[in-house]
Amino acid sequence: MTDIQELVTGLVEKHGRKRENLLPILQGVIEKERSVSDFAMVEIAKQMGISAADVYGTATFYSFMDTEPRGEYVIRICKTITCFMKGKNQILLALEDALKIKLGETTPDRKFTLLETNCLGWCHKAPAMLINDEIYTDLTIEKVHEVIGEYKNK
Amino acid sequence: MGKHMLKRIDLIFKNEHDTDAILQKIFKRSNEDLINDLIGSGLKGRGGAGFPTGLKWKLTSEAEGDEKYVICNADEGEPGTFKDREILSQVPHKVLTGMAACGRIIGAKKGFIYLRGEYNFLKPDLQKEIDNFHTTLKSLKSDFRIEIFSGSGAYICGEESSLMESMEGRRGEPRNKPPFPTEIGYLGKPTVINNVETLAHAWTIFKYGPKKFRDLGVQDSRGSKLFSVSGDTPVAGIYELELGMSLQDFVDDFGDGDTKAVQVGGAAGFCVPRKKFRETAIGYQGKLTGISLPTGGSMMLFNSSRSMYNVLKNYLEFFEEESCGQCTPCRVGCQQLLEGVEAVKRGDKPHHYLDKLMRLTETMKLTAKCGLGQSVANSFSSIVENFREEMIY
Repeated sequence: MTDIQELVTGLVEKHGRKRENLLPILQGVIEKERSVSDFAMVEIAKQMGISAADVYGTATFYSFMDTEPRGEYVIRICKTITCFMKGKNQILLALEDALKIKLGETTPDRKFTLLETNCLGWCHKAPAMLINDEIYTDLTIEKVHEVIGEYKNK
Repeated sequence: MGKHMLKRIDLIFKNEHDTDAILQKIFKRSNEDLINDLIGSGLKGRGGAGFPTGLKWKLTSEAEGDEKYVICNADEGEPGTFKDREILSQVPHKVLTGMAACGRIIGAKKGFIYLRGEYNFLKPDLQKEIDNFHTTLKSLKSDFRIEIFSGSGAYICGEESSLMESMEGRRGEPRNKPPFPTEIGYLGKPTVINNVETLAHAWTIFKYGPKKFRDLGVQDSRGSKLFSVSGDTPVAGIYELELGMSLQDFVDDFGDGDTKAVQVGGAAGFCVPRKKFRETAIGYQGKLTGISLPTGGSMMLFNSSRSMYNVLKNYLEFFEEESCGQCTPCRVGCQQLLEGVEAVKRGDKPHHYLDKLMRLTETMKLTAKCGLGQSVANSFSSIVENFREEMIY
């Protein structure tokens, strides 16, 4: 049994095989792997008794369910109006500079992935970004370099 | 600060932690009494749609079903809205109490908090709060239980039927209505879905009685409401205000002295230009003089340094991505509106192409399946109507 198969088995046992448990199971895979691969989706489908197309169709609907490989830390910078007004583009440039990658890319060491996202709900403290589940607000170029520096040393 | 009649309120975040006493008081009273209090208070849903809360609970309590559910909608995704996160981090016990009261009244044993994925960092503290709450419920001999269900980043899941589809393990696409969740909701069972803030207000009403709530606000817009204030304002943040205040009063208090437009109700709301601040009130549609705009709480201010074209383009990009794609008016409509304004701005289309796009918004209002497709039209038509020259030059 591969690691992914074991992971899926554990999640299916924990949550149950009913359809309403599909999201928590997919989320469990994402939490561990940062993305859900085709192999994982087929395995989930087999174990839950639904079609792989159905699992794929559901997973790809949600923006936080990445189906492409992602880094250990997924950085999502908010691009919605207030963050845009408060300098999100400069923050994005600072992130690209700090990580030496472009938007949508993953660093060669697979540590960071840089993405944009829609409203994070911190419009009064814009610009904001999420690194995995951690929120960072009132971003400045200095703060971005500081935060990324800390993650690089993790 | 302006010298207007409607004032700032401190009910939701007021530091009151007597959960046991409130629950005891609630559980001693009859369901009918509690529903009458809610109806009497005039509380309407605080997510933005404004359906009377007492009536929703009453309908669900009367619906046939061996199982029923209470869902707290914490999928706060409207651009410009951030109040629910603050309620869940500061006064979660009020929300949980509101859910337990609802559970008792409608006959549900289970409640869910549908928490947006972007707020996952709230989960550990919220779970602790739920665990403590369960202990209190046990001591009061209630077997009502609450679980957190995480969303995964989809704006449409704030729409109640999409939220339930998502909870059932499917794509978050809206269902046809009717039937309404009060009859056929989560897993086909009668379900109450309320916004986080609505449940917190229910707490206030059960604690202080309906009069205290009803005495706030005006006519058809009773009570206080949390507003998420952002954009060009020196005091961005969350404020509890009476409903019914004029937009001019709001701008006097929260503007930077140069406010040219306020977007009421987020990207799905209405854009009000300076010349209409006085005649526009913030509240639900009713018999008020002038225009009364509903809002889930998002109030975005723009000053004269902002291009309303950029604002509209950002909204349209948001909607184009967040449309679930199920119905054509919304899926294609959002794309066409975005491509259309870009083409006009570039000069690839003549000015009067904007009129065609306005007609498209009319079609979307009439034919889109859910609130998302219908409300894209609101921000589009109000911005294009009031700032047409900014779309062109």
